[in-house]
Amino acid sequence: MDSLVEAFRLIITLDADLFEILWLSVRVSLVALFISAIIGLPLGTWLAIAQFPGRKFCILLLNALMGMPPVVVGLMVYLLLSRSGPLGWMGLLYTPTAMIIAQVVLITPIIAALSNQVIEHLHQEYSDTFYSMGVTGRRAVAAYLVDARYALTTCILAGFGRAIAEVGAVIIVGGNIDHLTRVMTTAIALETSKGNLTLALALGAILLTLSLLVNALVIGVREYAAKRQYA
Amino acid sequence: MPNPLLPIRISDLRLIKGDRPVLGGVDLMIDTPGITVIMGPNGAGKSLLLRCLHGLIKPDQGHITLGQLKVPESRSWQAMVFQQPVLLRRTVLQNLAFAAPEIAKSSPQRLLQALDAVNLAELVNQPARMLSGGEQQRLSLARALLSKPALLLLDEATASLDPASVLLIESLLKAQSAHGTKVILVSHDQGQARRMADEVVFISNGQVAEQGPAKEFFTSPETPMAQAYLAGELLF
Repeated sequence: MDSLVEAFRLIITLDADLFEILWLSVRVSLVALFISAIIGLPLGTWLAIAQFPGRKFCILLLNALMGMPPVVVGLMVYLLLSRSGPLGWMGLLYTPTAMIIAQVVLITPIIAALSNQVIEHLHQEYSDTFYSMGVTGRRAVAAYLVDARYALTTCILAGFGRAIAEVGAVIIVGGNIDHLTRVMTTAIALETSKGNLTLALALGAILLTLSLLVNALVIGVREYAAKRQYA
Repeated sequence: MPNPLLPIRISDLRLIKGDRPVLGGVDLMIDTPGITVIMGPNGAGKSLLLRCLHGLIKPDQGHITLGQLKVPESRSWQAMVFQQPVLLRRTVLQNLAFAAPEIAKSSPQRLLQALDAVNLAELVNQPARMLSGGEQQRLSLARALLSKPALLLLDEATASLDPASVLLIESLLKAQSAHGTKVILVSHDQGQARRMADEVVFISNGQVAEQGPAKEFFTSPETPMAQAYLAGELLF
């Protein structure tokens, strides 16, 4: 009970350490999300409308990558960025950039696969009309992205949810270094193992609130789109 | 000015779905301006023929030429209105602007005139998919007409619409036809065919059973199938 009260005090007094961890978590996840959306949305759209041999295999691969264990991603990025790895010369291991890279690898397939399903559905509906209007190539891709904007927003929010709650990959490539790469999930893991439940509970409460907010936003976006027949 | 997509020549057009020939060697020549109505019982192949003409379906065999052009090249001269209007998840005006970006940029007033012509001027900023079925189909027609097509194809475009929308669409089609656009309309509605058709093509079992001026077709159909169809018998 004391831990809970203390955790609440940390939040309402805007504890510096707590908010440093929170800010880094949000920053890393938002940057990763931005990069993943830039890669994942056009990739998912292109795979939905392009016709080429091996397309179905690519979609299968993308769907399989959605369920990739974070620790495996962490290990792969670690091997890539470690001193003896191919990108070791960049000196990125145990930095927020390494955590962003790991999160990009984790959530790009999620955004691409989910957006692929959304756009495939839209493509079935629009393809005859687009043919009739002579809409092809980049113009078609842009139109699909615009018209599926609300459904795609929920895909992006799903990616954010995964990124912010992720622990396995970021702890491997970030190292959970205080004031440098410590984010909410890794801090919770560490503080719990140390028996310091106060900070862990405060961070857990914030993480839970963020998760609730993201889900509320998803529901809100869906309802708004359905009301205007944009779903 | 002569219509660049006339005459339309279709020779030995065959389309097979599964093991079944759904178009079994269609030979057809349409060389008159005005409105041609394609009629026939369910499953006769009317819509498939129209889709082949537009290039949406590639036939297994046969040739289609429109004027001097073949099907894929003639697409930019054509427009098609489908039975179920497919509208973008945008406003009414944005739907038109997407269909004709050059017009939207150079003379946006034309978009408003196009909406006015289909009685949708007051709904410009409404989400298009919230319109009624009749309004959506009128918007589809306005969108199709923006490109000033030489050939306008309509696949049961007024089926299950309210009478006011049907009347408006029919009057627009007649006006468009009078301005030189060739209109080919697939319809089940005998009343509509009688009101609209200059020429009738009657299709049965994936083949052209009869073709001729509308008046002759409705007064003295030649084939027993067409006679039975016009008598309201169930054909299958």
